[in-house]
This record gives sequence, structure tokens and C-alpha cells, in this order.
Amino acid sequence: MVIRTDAGLYVPEADVYVDPLRPVHRAVVTHGHADHARRGSDHYLAASSGVGILRKRLGDEAPIEGIPFGERRTLGRAVLSLHPAGHILGSAQVRIEVGGEVWVVTGDYKRTPDASAETFEPLRCHTLISECTFGLPIYRWPEPDGVFGEIERWWVENAAEGRTTLLCGYSLGKAQRLLAGLLPFVQGGGAPGTILVHGAVDELLPAYRAEGIAFPPTERVSVETAREHRGTALVVAPPSAAGTAWVRKLGPVSVGFASGWMRIRGRRRRRSGDRGFVLSDHVDWDGLMATIDESGAERVGLTHGQTGTALRYLTEERGLDTFAIATREGDT
Amino acid sequence: MKRFTRLFMELDRTTRTNEKVAALRRYFAEAPAADAAWALAVLTGRRIRRAVPGARLREWVAERSGYPLWLVEECYDTVGDLAETLALLLPDPDTGAEPPSLHTIMDEWLAPLPGAEDSEKRRVVERAWGCMDESERLVFHKLLTGGFRVGVGRKLVTRALAQEVGMEPAILAHRLTGRWAPTPETYRRLISPDAEMRDAGRPYPFFLAHPLSDGPEALDGGPEAWMVEWKWDGIRAQLIHRDGEQLLWSRGEEVITPAFPEIGEAAGALPSGTVLDGELLAWESTGPLRFAELQRRLGRKRPGPKIRREVPARFLAYDLLEAEGEDLRRLPQEARRRLLEALFEELGVREPDDGPIPVGWAGGLPLGLSPLVEAAGWEALAELRASARELGVEGFMLKHRQAEYGVGRPRGSWWKWKVEPLTLDVVLLYAQKGHGRRASLYTDYTFGVWDGEELVPIGKAYSGLTDREIRRVDTWIRRNITERFGPVRAVEPELVFELAFDQVRPSTRHKSGLALRFPRMVRQRTDKPVDEADTLESARRLLAERP
Ligand SMILES: [Zn+2]
Repeated sequence: MVIRTDAGLYVPEADVYVDPLRPVHRAVVTHGHADHARRGSDHYLAASSGVGILRKRLGDEAPIEGIPFGERRTLGRAVLSLHPAGHILGSAQVRIEVGGEVWVVTGDYKRTPDASAETFEPLRCHTLISECTFGLPIYRWPEPDGVFGEIERWWVENAAEGRTTLLCGYSLGKAQRLLAGLLPFVQGGGAPGTILVHGAVDELLPAYRAEGIAFPPTERVSVETAREHRGTALVVAPPSAAGTAWVRKLGPVSVGFASGWMRIRGRRRRRSGDRGFVLSDHVDWDGLMATIDESGAERVGLTHGQTGTALRYLTEERGLDTFAIATREGDT
Repeated sequence: MKRFTRLFMELDRTTRTNEKVAALRRYFAEAPAADAAWALAVLTGRRIRRAVPGARLREWVAERSGYPLWLVEECYDTVGDLAETLALLLPDPDTGAEPPSLHTIMDEWLAPLPGAEDSEKRRVVERAWGCMDESERLVFHKLLTGGFRVGVGRKLVTRALAQEVGMEPAILAHRLTGRWAPTPETYRRLISPDAEMRDAGRPYPFFLAHPLSDGPEALDGGPEAWMVEWKWDGIRAQLIHRDGEQLLWSRGEEVITPAFPEIGEAAGALPSGTVLDGELLAWESTGPLRFAELQRRLGRKRPGPKIRREVPARFLAYDLLEAEGEDLRRLPQEARRRLLEALFEELGVREPDDGPIPVGWAGGLPLGLSPLVEAAGWEALAELRASARELGVEGFMLKHRQAEYGVGRPRGSWWKWKVEPLTLDVVLLYAQKGHGRRASLYTDYTFGVWDGEELVPIGKAYSGLTDREIRRVDTWIRRNITERFGPVRAVEPELVFELAFDQVRPSTRHKSGLALRFPRMVRQRTDKPVDEADTLESARRLLAERP
């Protein structure tokens, strides 16, 4: 029902590709990250709440059709529906049903709370194809509330010492999660300064606001705003911005990274930032196991990340029928 | 334990020196003396005996977490740090109990473990897991496996504590030298502004020289202002005789008297209350032996008569630091020298008069006076230096006649002027397996020097050690891997090597900004603590040495 081709995962019964790697006639796109949403296909199907973000990535003219979560759409012999994946705003799991047989492709997903995305929905199926970016039991995520508490304390400490706070996370998804997560702190009057955002982050905010996601007030980083708020501001920027000349306009900074990889001390140290915050938009090991259990699936395919280890564990320790789906490195 | 864990995490997450100092000061300000004593011992590099082998711990974690052992091993491969891997894998604590204090853990939980039955070890470990959160377990595992390292050097810890209690860092550094028990009483004495910390056996911090890069002409005061000594190729050491106790201390602050009993006995000939600074050498009747010979003895706890005959040891004194129980370090260099010479007059030790370097030794008391070098001006000295290598010395020490015996390595009053090749004392950072015959051994090493609080890679070398030495280092590397990147293994920054090379050139390809030409290992410096490895600055100064 779902087969792997050179162009990516293909559903012959519906004649549709899931997150195709190159232009096809009909694509279902799980979310707007670059390794999932690629230009050039004739027709895109995506969750309605993610269409605004996709337009930023695929262009205003892209032929994107949005459907609400849960709506069943008949394509050829298959019934296809999209369900919240909780990865970023509008990110979807793809459920495919053919004659009573159900497959689910999770796309990227997470099960921890995120004020900027819908809540993950567990689905029952016969065959589950799950992402496995963090496929080792050392990856277990702490409660995000606690992580936000750490970020907020760090900002306050930095401001007290006259250092600008530079918080790095992917410009699509992580950055908005950080902003939305800081809203209660800002509203409660705890923030020691203004929040500035890098241009790459700022550009995506309207697509979120249009879907009703609330953010604290922000200003775009410029020479002027950086000078005005130097020493007290919290700046949200993509990781690629850290370590470039761009940082210099912020004055003395303390640099933090928000990512699941920050769970490992060695990674934190090599990142050469001042702080690492364990905040991931992917599922952790326990979440992966819970998703598999709740799905009731007898067959499990894994994609992205260290799949070999998790597959061996599922086969040997859980007695599941498993298979790997090779993907590319560098997935977000 | 909670407080110490917080300190560990604070030190671990920042690279800023002032933040580290602040965290240390906060800890020492708040911690009870019993805990602070242990923290100080651990942070200044006290070796803790491994209470539980890592393999056993992995099995227990596998059982406790319900994961198969192979999965635990794969996690370890990814994380690269055993203590951390295990902390990340364990389920959350379940007893609701609080962990006990650091000193309870060290004195009551861990101290009896090395000799205990496995079942008792496991009971203690399970008890700890039941009451500790993830970070506390990480620290506990590090204490348990004897591999405690955090990004602070001994000097920084000393500085922070000295600031906190308001005393001279040099005094504290002195008190921390050598053996002291991590008890609250000792800790209180260590930080007391006026306590007489005259533990019988304690050596003084070694005063160190800077390498001279441009030749002596630029030195202040001209040749008359300087005393010149041979720089022997042995082990810098202090020989102490106080209150009937005779001790030989290496630069690495280890007591090496048992390995050189004849030197310890000879110290009995010195008046009580004497401390000599000098060089320990292997020496036969015709002159000094190679350093490697001396190292053969260094490794033996109780040397037999055969090796003592083959490799006789001799201590040549450079300096007199204490006489009749009085600290002489503030006296000018030449005054200390006069007192040293008078002391040897009294001992009746005469140096044979056989050329610029007195290589002969008729036997007898294995204590000697390292002679001053007489030369008519810098040029004559440079000529002598050129022939020095054949005579088995490394070069010259230039000491200002008015120099005090300082602490550490302040610039200006002591210089070492080495015979080529250039050398640096560097720290082993990474290792990789060799090729061909050595494909199964870690033989290719990357070394680093200090840049502030950080070690930066300076060069690679894979030659210079004997097969036996390579095997020994290989074994050590396997036990001390901290991270893995492909075939490269990062190791605990603990081993110091003397690296020789022909030239230092500027380089844009290396993070250090320098490239070494023809680097090779001269020897492992087992006598040198890692804090005293060379700095990037000292490496840069060698740039000028040969254009
Ligand atoms: Zn994604």
C-alpha cells in the first residue's frame, strides 16, 4: 500500500506520493520543512492550518489544496485523511485506508506540548511508518515547562549582567514554539527586556498569527533595535546565525541552543554556546514506544535517524515485524 | 550531593572563567567544611579509587532499566561518557528520598566499596539510584568509576577558594601541595589565615622557568646579573628532611622515595629542616644515563639490588628552599646559592673537577651540588651550549641573582635556554589507531597546549616511543576514552608528553594558528601534572626562535 520509490514514499491505490523527493503529479505534504516540502509538483495536498507556511516555502502560486484534519478524502481506491502530528503548526500524519487495511505515515511528530502546534493524535493502524530521529533510549525529553523556566531564568541572569540573550532554534517551528512558549512569562511581567527576532524567523510569524497562534510582542533585529535593546533583549535566531558576524551587532551575548541534541553533554560542549536547552520537535524514545503501542500495529517501519538500533530492539524485544526506510541525512 | 551537583553542572555548562570562579566561590561559601574538603580534593585532581568496574555498572543499568545490554552499549557509543550514558538511561528515582551529603557519600558509601562483595556494591549503587536525579547520578557515577573531570584546572579552583576566604593564592597553593586528608579539620586549617600548615612532608610549589626564545642578549642587566646552571635531563624534584622524615617529591607532586630509597637514606645526612630543589638523575661513574633509564626505576615501588646497581640514582641540588626549618624562598637567588654551597661544604661533598660539565662520580653519598656554569659573557655561553647535548644536558637555566623563589611561572627572573630541538610539554587529547604492524594499537596522537582554561590542539605525532611504551599508553587510552568521532578517540586530558620538533610556523589551517615541523615524542612526562603543560603563548614565543 505504501512503497518506496526513487521519488519517495508512493501509494499506488491513490496515485499519490508522501513528501516526494522530486516533482510528481500529486503530492501529500506532511509539513513545511525543506526536506519534506519540495517545489515543482503539479498538485499538493496538505493540512489547512499548514498551508500558509507551505506558501512561504513553495511560493504563492503553488497549487496547494488544504483539507481540515480528520476529513476523509477518497483518492482512487484509497481513503486518505490527515491528522495532527504536533511537530509544527499544520504538520500532519497521513492515514491511508484501502479495503479495511490501514497504514499510517507519521511524518515528523512529537508528543510533548507546544503552544504553536496542534496536539499529536494517536492513530490505530495495521502498519505504522514512524520517524526515528532520536531512536535511542538516552533521548527522553524533560517537561517543556521546566525547560522554559530555565530559559527564562537564563534571560534574567544575562540581563542582570548586561549581556544580550541569543536563543537559537530552527527558524520554522522551533523559533515559533519558543516565542509562543515565552508568552505567559512576558504577559506575567517577568521579561527583563524586549524580544527581537531574526528576519528568517520574523517572515514566518504572519502565517502563524493567521491561524490564531499568539506570540509576545517582537521586533525585528536591525542595527537600530539591536543598539536600543542591547544587554536586555532576548534574540531568537536560527542556529546558522550564531558564530557569524551578524552576532556582533548584539554586543556581548550569551548564546543558547534549543534542540533535542542538547540532551548529550558532549554535544552541548561542542556546540560552543553557553547553554543548551533540551527542547525537541521530534518524538523521544518513550514517545516512539508509546506511539507504536497505541497504534496496535503489527508491522513497523522506521525512517530518519539511527533506525537500525530501534528496529533491532522492536524485533528482538517486542516481537514486531519491522522494516527500515532509508532517507537522507540532515533531516529536520 | 545536591550542592556539589549544582556546582558540577554550573562548571560544566560555561566556558567563561569568571563564571566558573563565581560558581566555585558560591559553593565554598555555602558548603559545610566536611563537604568542601571533599569537593576541593576532587576538583584539584585527587585520584579516587574505582569502586565499581564500568562493565559491571553497565550490566546493572541494563537490568534496572529493562534494556538489553547491547542497547546500553550502543547508547554508550553515541554518548561517549559512561557515567553520563548510565544516568540518561536509568528510570526516574522512586524512593522520594533526598541524596545524602557529598562527604557521607565519599566517606561512608564509597570508601568501603573497593574491597567489598559485589552484592554490597550493588546495594549501595541501587540505594543511590533510588534517591538521585539524573544530574546527581551523573556525578555519582563519575565518583564511583574514579573518572572525575570537569572543566576547571587546579589553579582556578585554588584561586577561587583563596578569593572566597581572603588569602594569598600562593599560600593556599602551597598548602594544597602534596598529601592532605579531605576532612573538615584539615579543610579548616587549609583556609585558616594564620594556621601553621607545616605538615612534615609538604614540599613547596615548584618555581618554573620560561623558555628563552631570542638568546640571552636581551635580558636585563647583562651577564653579570645572571647565574647560569646546567639544565639536566632528569626529574625535577624536592628532597625534604624534616623531623626525622625523608621524602623525595616529583614535580607531579608524588612521593617517589620508595622508588629511590638511596636518595631518601642520603637525605638523612642533611640537617633536619632542610628542603632542596634539584634534579633526580640516573648516573654511573662516567656520567649521566639516558632519561629512559631513569624511567625504568620510576615505575618500581621496591627496586631490587640488580636494577639499583644498573641504574644508580643521584640527586643534584640547584637550590636551598628551607634551612633549619626556615623558609628561605624570599632570599635573593645568590644568597640561597651561598647557603647551599655552605651546606654541601659541611656535608663534605666535593665535585670532581673534570671539564665544563662534571660528569664523573666516584660513588658515595648520592647527593651533589649542581655546578654553576662559568663563561666569559653570552657569546662564550652560546658556544658551550652548542656542545651541551653531547654531554647529556638539555641546555642552561638562567636565574637572576636577585630572584626570589616564586610560585608558578611568573615571567622574568628564571629562564630556560634549551639546546635544540625545540620542545613543548603537551597534553594527549586524541588518539587514533596506527597502520600495518601497529594497526591494532592507538599510536597516532594529537596533542594540545593550554589556551586559558582550554586545551587547543597543536600537533600530531606517531613516533618516538618504544613498543613497550606504546603498549602502555594504548592500554591507558582504552580506559580513558571520553568521546568517539569516527576512528578518532578523545581521551581524558591527563597524560603529558614532551614533544620535540624543528620549527614552529604560523598556520591558518590549525585552530592554534601554529604548525609544528617534524614533531616527535621524546618521552612521557609522568612527573608533570597536566596543569603545567605548556601554553599556546609559550608555543607562540618559539615562533621567533628560528625565522
Ligand atoms: Zn520537520
